[in-house]
Amino acid sequence: MSKEALYGKTLSELKACVKDLGLPAFTSKQIADWLYKKHVTTIDDMTNLSKKARIQLNEKYEVGLMPPQSFQESVDGTKKYLYQTNNNQFIEAAYLPEENRNTLCISSQVGCKMGCLFCMTARQGFQKNLTSNEILNQIASLPERDTLTNVVYMGMGEPMDNIENVLKSLEIITAEWGYAWSPRRINVSTIGVIPAMRRFIEESEAHLAISLHSPFNEERKQLMPIENVYTAEKLVEALHDYDFGRQRRISFEYIMFKGVNDSAQHVKGLLQLLNGIKCRINLIHFHPIPNSPLEGSDYKTMEFFRDKLSQKGITTTIRKSRGEDIYAACGLLSTKKLLKENSDTDY
Amino acid sequence: MNQHKTKELKAVNVISNELLTDDVHYISVDKPFDFKAGQVIAVAMQPTDEPRLYSIASGISKKHLSILFDVKPEGELTPPLSVVKPGDTIYISEPFGKFLCLDSPATWIATGTGIAPFISLVESKQANNVNLLHGARTLDKFFFQDYLEEQLGNNYQRFCTTEASEKTTEGRLTSYLKNSENLPTNNKYYLCGSSQMVIDVREILIAKGVAFDNIIAEIYF
Repeated sequence: MSKEALYGKTLSELKACVKDLGLPAFTSKQIADWLYKKHVTTIDDMTNLSKKARIQLNEKYEVGLMPPQSFQESVDGTKKYLYQTNNNQFIEAAYLPEENRNTLCISSQVGCKMGCLFCMTARQGFQKNLTSNEILNQIASLPERDTLTNVVYMGMGEPMDNIENVLKSLEIITAEWGYAWSPRRINVSTIGVIPAMRRFIEESEAHLAISLHSPFNEERKQLMPIENVYTAEKLVEALHDYDFGRQRRISFEYIMFKGVNDSAQHVKGLLQLLNGIKCRINLIHFHPIPNSPLEGSDYKTMEFFRDKLSQKGITTTIRKSRGEDIYAACGLLSTKKLLKENSDTDY
Repeated sequence: MNQHKTKELKAVNVISNELLTDDVHYISVDKPFDFKAGQVIAVAMQPTDEPRLYSIASGISKKHLSILFDVKPEGELTPPLSVVKPGDTIYISEPFGKFLCLDSPATWIATGTGIAPFISLVESKQANNVNLLHGARTLDKFFFQDYLEEQLGNNYQRFCTTEASEKTTEGRLTSYLKNSENLPTNNKYYLCGSSQMVIDVREILIAKGVAFDNIIAEIYF
């Protein structure tokens, strides 16, 4: 894309654009309307703008939407879409249709820096932060866009490691001048990058999903390097600073690994750690990745774990696996095979 | 401590700013807090800026606290941080983090400025029964190599991908690990560097029979 994309700009950014071009201030609201409510793909389609305004805009900008390059469909109806980013890298998004809701799982980065042992995205390393344009393009260019009921930021990347663009995209999705979605239709995940998570809690009203996977420091360190810096204990301590109200949900994601984090001790550890936090726990079946030293717990163990936690008052559910056959399930998104080999490393 | 809310950043005086190579600096500041070797601090130019995290790269008994960093031209912090002078003020958080590398025997693996926590551990006299493997692109990126060699002797190995010298092994650290036939599988392995290095090294170690719970990594982000 040689021109600057309009799609992904907030209303205040659009105001700055029109001011720069010497256009009337109200044009920015009109542009936002065309972009985020009518989803036009060219500036020429913005027919209530004057011809002169459209010419001026076209000189410097374009809408900047790019349709997905391809998709794969699972036997369970899940579809995995491949999108190209503005610098010719690739990301994936997973569309999960259900009876009463249709969810899109979107990416926030190409690759990821967090290095979690169980995650396929981690294996490709980090390539770049997505712009708000690239984050929103996954929604706007989705063929099923108009059927969507929910969006989750649980695809490739750590959303809190790209907090500026994630917040910008959330503003556009939830603002009256934007998609005007309720923030309760959006869930953003994190492994617990505490300072950015604080910003997210303070500046957005979307739900928060925290990848926990172990209540114990030494064990969590082996699974998730972030624990060396931001421990689960500090993470929970930070959550105690906020009142989430009755509508906003915090959930803890817990992938169950056979013989690693699925014992009665872990139930006890979770209860101790999460004491006083109004939350729910989602237990996730581990989808094995190649050459992984980890195995998934069996469903009987997961049910035992769920029941024990539920008995102690924490709403706990086992998340249904979706799209495993097309590598669209939790922790399996990756565009590593599409990366150009980088020979210039220091190791 | 709630993780470095801006009000918890403390103003400290810069003591020195040493340019180690064309883009890597070693900055020392007043030490307002005690810390454990292997911990990190959050650093900002102003108390209201978004701080970035750096491993402490000096021993616990040193008078000053130091960090090692490379300048990211596009970054918001490192370009101004690279030009601070003695007497200037920067802002740091209390030390925190759990990359303490307490177990031995252990193999420590670092690339580039990922050597920082290991410098702190060696200077803190907490490097018993360890092997330190350091990978770098050029010979000038083996920071504090004379000191590390003096302290660790043959237990300090350098791997250089683009240049050769009699003290370094030519080639990639990952190739060395792949080709090693006697990697101790019961050692603890502590890794510090880019996430890609951590991923690649961890995969090699696991393929060589090292249990995943013997591998602890610190990542840069």
